[in-house]
Amino acid sequence: MTESNLPSRKRRWEILMLASLAAGILWTVVSRVPSAVGAPLSSSPSPREGFLAPDFTLDNLQGEKVTLSDLRGKIVVINLWATWCPPCRAEMPALENAYEQYKDSGLVVLGLNVTNQDSESEVPRFVEEFGLTFPILLDRDGSVSALYELRGLPTTFFVNRAGIIRTVVVGGPMSETFFRSKIEALLQEVQ
Amino acid sequence: MFPFLRLGPFILPMASLALLAGLWLGLPLIEREAARLKINVSMLSNIIFYTLLAGLVGARLGYALEFPNVYLAKPLSLLALTPTTLSPSMGLAVGLITFVIFIQRKGLPFRPTLDALAPGLALFMVFVGFAHILSGDAFGAPTNVPWAIRLWNEYRHPSQFFETFIALTILLVIRERFPKPEGAGLNFLLMVALSSASRVFLASFRGDSVFWPAGFRGDQVIALVILAISLYWMRKWMNTHSTGNIKSHEGGGSYVKR
Repeated sequence: MTESNLPSRKRRWEILMLASLAAGILWTVVSRVPSAVGAPLSSSPSPREGFLAPDFTLDNLQGEKVTLSDLRGKIVVINLWATWCPPCRAEMPALENAYEQYKDSGLVVLGLNVTNQDSESEVPRFVEEFGLTFPILLDRDGSVSALYELRGLPTTFFVNRAGIIRTVVVGGPMSETFFRSKIEALLQEVQ
Repeated sequence: MFPFLRLGPFILPMASLALLAGLWLGLPLIEREAARLKINVSMLSNIIFYTLLAGLVGARLGYALEFPNVYLAKPLSLLALTPTTLSPSMGLAVGLITFVIFIQRKGLPFRPTLDALAPGLALFMVFVGFAHILSGDAFGAPTNVPWAIRLWNEYRHPSQFFETFIALTILLVIRERFPKPEGAGLNFLLMVALSSASRVFLASFRGDSVFWPAGFRGDQVIALVILAISLYWMRKWMNTHSTGNIKSHEGGGSYVKR
């Protein structure tokens, strides 16, 4: 490139840059969606962050029905576990401690036993061993595990007061600090 | 989508593996470009290592600062291997500051060093796209177009594939000798400008945007601001006709403008 070409070439680049910026601004304004402010990512439930948590009804250990959508307005932690799963066992004390600490602030923990992959008779023993006080639900036919696309145990879903999943954690064990930080984040959310 | 790989008792998140692969393949590209630009390669590699380390520490501390009571009760939890307890924005900020401090203290030429990073970062962005394809994150908005993909119970724009394709195109532009603005630091700024422009464009097809008042998409506005800043500096650096020969440094000789 000759020196005399340099200014005109620079000028062309400057025009191109200015045009790109103008196009970007225009595109940002045109692609606004005013109706989407505050709405969930999708109206159809799905077991992932930003979506409504799929609804289910399961029996608890006392034989009572528990329905997820009835808990709307509360922070819900859904923990899928099995008695034979070592990381599930390892994180149960942390889960129980977090539940004890935050239940008065509106936290509900649902310990969802994957009963179709477990022994139902072992579940009460497990609950007694760890002194669990939160509701334990029995997924006897595995339908809820399938609904939540279970990929590994434990899996934990943190659901906000509006029923939207905020965090999904596959695997474990999780520490009490982790549980507490996620619950604190949900408590801080503007209702 | 293939978010997890089970290996016996271990569950490996594929997106994280894709990002690690991007890092692993991007670093040699940076080193090769640094050598071509006559920048001290081992010094730059060390700086990148410290930057990544500082970014990681910053990300964890940033997250802990959001919940001080929780972490003060159990400070050892700061060392936990949980990627969901990181603050990406804080990690990025700490990493950037660390990088700038180190290259100044070590006397590396600023603008050529940025140029050395450009191809590696462009490749890394391709792997960010792969990570999104594997995890299903950064998913598209519902649509009826013929090329829609079925994901999360709806037909959606294949935004992860758009993202990967555009990132590959940017990599090609950055790596090859296409007509580009000339001068030290401009290849890096071009990479930033193209990447942010692609984000501005693609955000409209995304189904996971956070909406700000008046319906503006948060990620789109941030990308637009980054685009404006990078274009401003491109113009400025084009006008300050730099030879790039800022200073000599240990074992590296001087940077020679292409």
